[in-house]
Amino acid sequence: MSEMLRVKNLKTHFDTRKGLVKAVDDISFSINKGEILGIVGESGAGKSITGFSLINLIDSPGEIVDGSILFNDRDLAHLSEDELSRIRGGEISMIFQDPQMSLNPVITIGKQLIETVTYHNPETSKQDAYKKAVEMLELVGMPAPEKRMASYPHQLSGGMKQRVVIAMALINSPKLLIADEPTTALDVTIQAQILFLMKKLTQEFGSSLILITHDIAVVAQMCDKIAVMYAGRIVEYGSNKDVLYNPKHPYTKGLIQCLPRLNEEKARLYQIPGVMPSLLALPVGCYFSDRCPYADEECKVYPETITLEGRLVSCHKVK
Amino acid sequence: MKFFENEIVAEFFEDKLAVAGVFIFIFFTFCALFPSLLSPQNPYDLEQLFLENSFKSPFGEFLLGADEQGRDILSAIMYGLRISLYVGIASTILSVFIGLIAGLVSGYFGGIIDTIIMRIADIQLSFPAILVALIIMALWGQGVTKIVIAITIVNWVYYARTARGVVLSEKEKDYAQSAKALGMNSVSIMVKEILPNIMAPIIVIATVRIANAIILEATLSFLGLGVPITEPSLGSLISNGYQVLFSGYWWGSVFPGVVLMLLVISINLIGDRLRDVMNPRLKR
Repeated sequence: MSEMLRVKNLKTHFDTRKGLVKAVDDISFSINKGEILGIVGESGAGKSITGFSLINLIDSPGEIVDGSILFNDRDLAHLSEDELSRIRGGEISMIFQDPQMSLNPVITIGKQLIETVTYHNPETSKQDAYKKAVEMLELVGMPAPEKRMASYPHQLSGGMKQRVVIAMALINSPKLLIADEPTTALDVTIQAQILFLMKKLTQEFGSSLILITHDIAVVAQMCDKIAVMYAGRIVEYGSNKDVLYNPKHPYTKGLIQCLPRLNEEKARLYQIPGVMPSLLALPVGCYFSDRCPYADEECKVYPETITLEGRLVSCHKVK
Repeated sequence: MKFFENEIVAEFFEDKLAVAGVFIFIFFTFCALFPSLLSPQNPYDLEQLFLENSFKSPFGEFLLGADEQGRDILSAIMYGLRISLYVGIASTILSVFIGLIAGLVSGYFGGIIDTIIMRIADIQLSFPAILVALIIMALWGQGVTKIVIAITIVNWVYYARTARGVVLSEKEKDYAQSAKALGMNSVSIMVKEILPNIMAPIIVIATVRIANAIILEATLSFLGLGVPITEPSLGSLISNGYQVLFSGYWWGSVFPGVVLMLLVISINLIGDRLRDVMNPRLKR
C-alpha cells in the first residue's frame, strides 16, 4: 500500500498570554491509501488541533512551529495559503463535530453542495454540479434527494444534516478525509449508521480517513491504526489489534478498562484517577506520571519512544 | 401568490399597524412616482401659477391651500415627496452598500484594518449627525446628489458597526470554519457564507434609517442647506411656510409637516414589524 500522508515531528503551539501551550507536541504518524487511522484521547489532548494542523487551519495565536506534513510529496506545513485552499475541500476534506453548526443556516443545502463542486472545479457546469450533488445525497442515504436539495439546514434532523456534511466533504472525491468527532452530536443509533456510511464511502472512493474521537469503542470498530494522544503527545501508536487487545501504555490500558463490559459483574466503572493536567502546567517528566499507578523516580524524565511488538510506545515501564 | 406563502411575509401581515404602515408608504410612494397624474397643478410650471391665488385658504378651491405665489400646496407636497423619498432611499442604499463592505472587512480581518475603520466610525459618531451633514453641505453647496452623498457619509457608520458586530460572531461559527476547510478564500467566505447571515439586522436598521435620512434631509433643507429652492422637498416646503406661519397662513408649513410625519411613522411601523419577524428569538 502506498503512503498517503506522513506527519513528522509536528508541533503546533499557541503563544498565549498565560504562556506557551504546546497543544500538539512532536507527533508523528502516517496513513496509507484507503486506511483508517483513529486518534483517541481525552478532551484537550490535542486531537482536534492535530486535525486542523493537517490542513494548516490554525488560527492565531496558534502556529505550526516545527515538523512536516507530507501529502503526496508536498509539505502542507509550508505551503502557501493559495495552494492550501486548493487542497482543502478538494484533496483533503474535513468533517466537523457539530452538523447543526457546520452548514450555513440561510443557504439551501443544494446550493451549498453545488458551490463546493464549482468552487474547486470552476469549469463544471451548473447542471453537472447539480446532478453530482443529487447523486452524492443519494449515496449518503438521503431520502428524496432532489426534493431535499431545496431544504434549509433547519428543516433536516441532526442525522440528516450530518449526512449532508459527509456528502459535502466527499463530493470532490478527496484522497483524505479528516473527521473530527463526526458523531458526537448524534444519538447512538444514528451514530452507528453514520460511521458505517463513512467507512463504506471512503472505501468506495478509495479515500483514507482520519477519525478523531474520544470514543474508543468507535475506534475499535472502524480503524486500522490507532494513535492514543495524551496532553499533546502520542503515547501509543500501532495497529488496531495491537493497541486495543494488547495495550502497553498505562494510559491506553486505563482507557480500555474504562469501557463498560457486559460479561462482567461490576458495581462501579473503572476510571483513571485525576484529570489531564493543564497544558500550561505539565508535570515534570512523563505527563501521565501523576495519574499513573506505576510511576516512580524514573518517570521524572519524559520517556523515549520505543518500538515494541509492532507499535510505538512512550513509557519507561514498558520493556 | 407565492410571496404571501413565505413564512416571514405571512407573519409580517398579521400585524394591523404594520399593514397600515405598508399602505401609507405605498400610497406616498405612488404619489411620489406619478405626481403629474394626481396633482391638480404642476408647481414647477410658472404658467399655472397665478398671484391672485396667493395665500388662498385650504378646503376651498385649493384642498390644502396655496402659498404666496399661488402655488397649490397639495401639488407641491406630491412633488416634494418625490425628492424626499429619493434622497431617503438612494442614500440608504448607498450607505448600506458602503457600510456592509466596511463592516465585513473590518469584522472578518480584524487587526489594523478593523482599528482604522472603527476609529473613523467612532470619531464620526462622536459628532451629532446633523453637524457632520451641515459641515459637508456647507463645504459643497446645495444639490440633490450632494445631499444624498452627505447623508450617506453620516449613515454608513450605523451599518458598518452592526455588520461588524454580527460578522464577529458569525465568523467563529462552524459553517464559516468549515467553508475554510472546504478551501474557500476569504472573499468567498465573506460574500457567500457570512453576508446572507447578517442581512436580517441590516434590513431592519435600513428601514428605520430611511426615515432618519428623510428627516435629516428635511432638517438640512429647512436650514436652507439642503435641496435647491427650484426642487423643493418636504423640508424646504416646511421652511417656506414657516416664514409666514405666524401671519396666520399656517397651511404652508403644517400640511407638509403632517405628510412628513405620516411618512416617517409608516416607515417606522414597517421597520418595527420587520425587526419582530426577522428576529428568530422572538419567534413563537
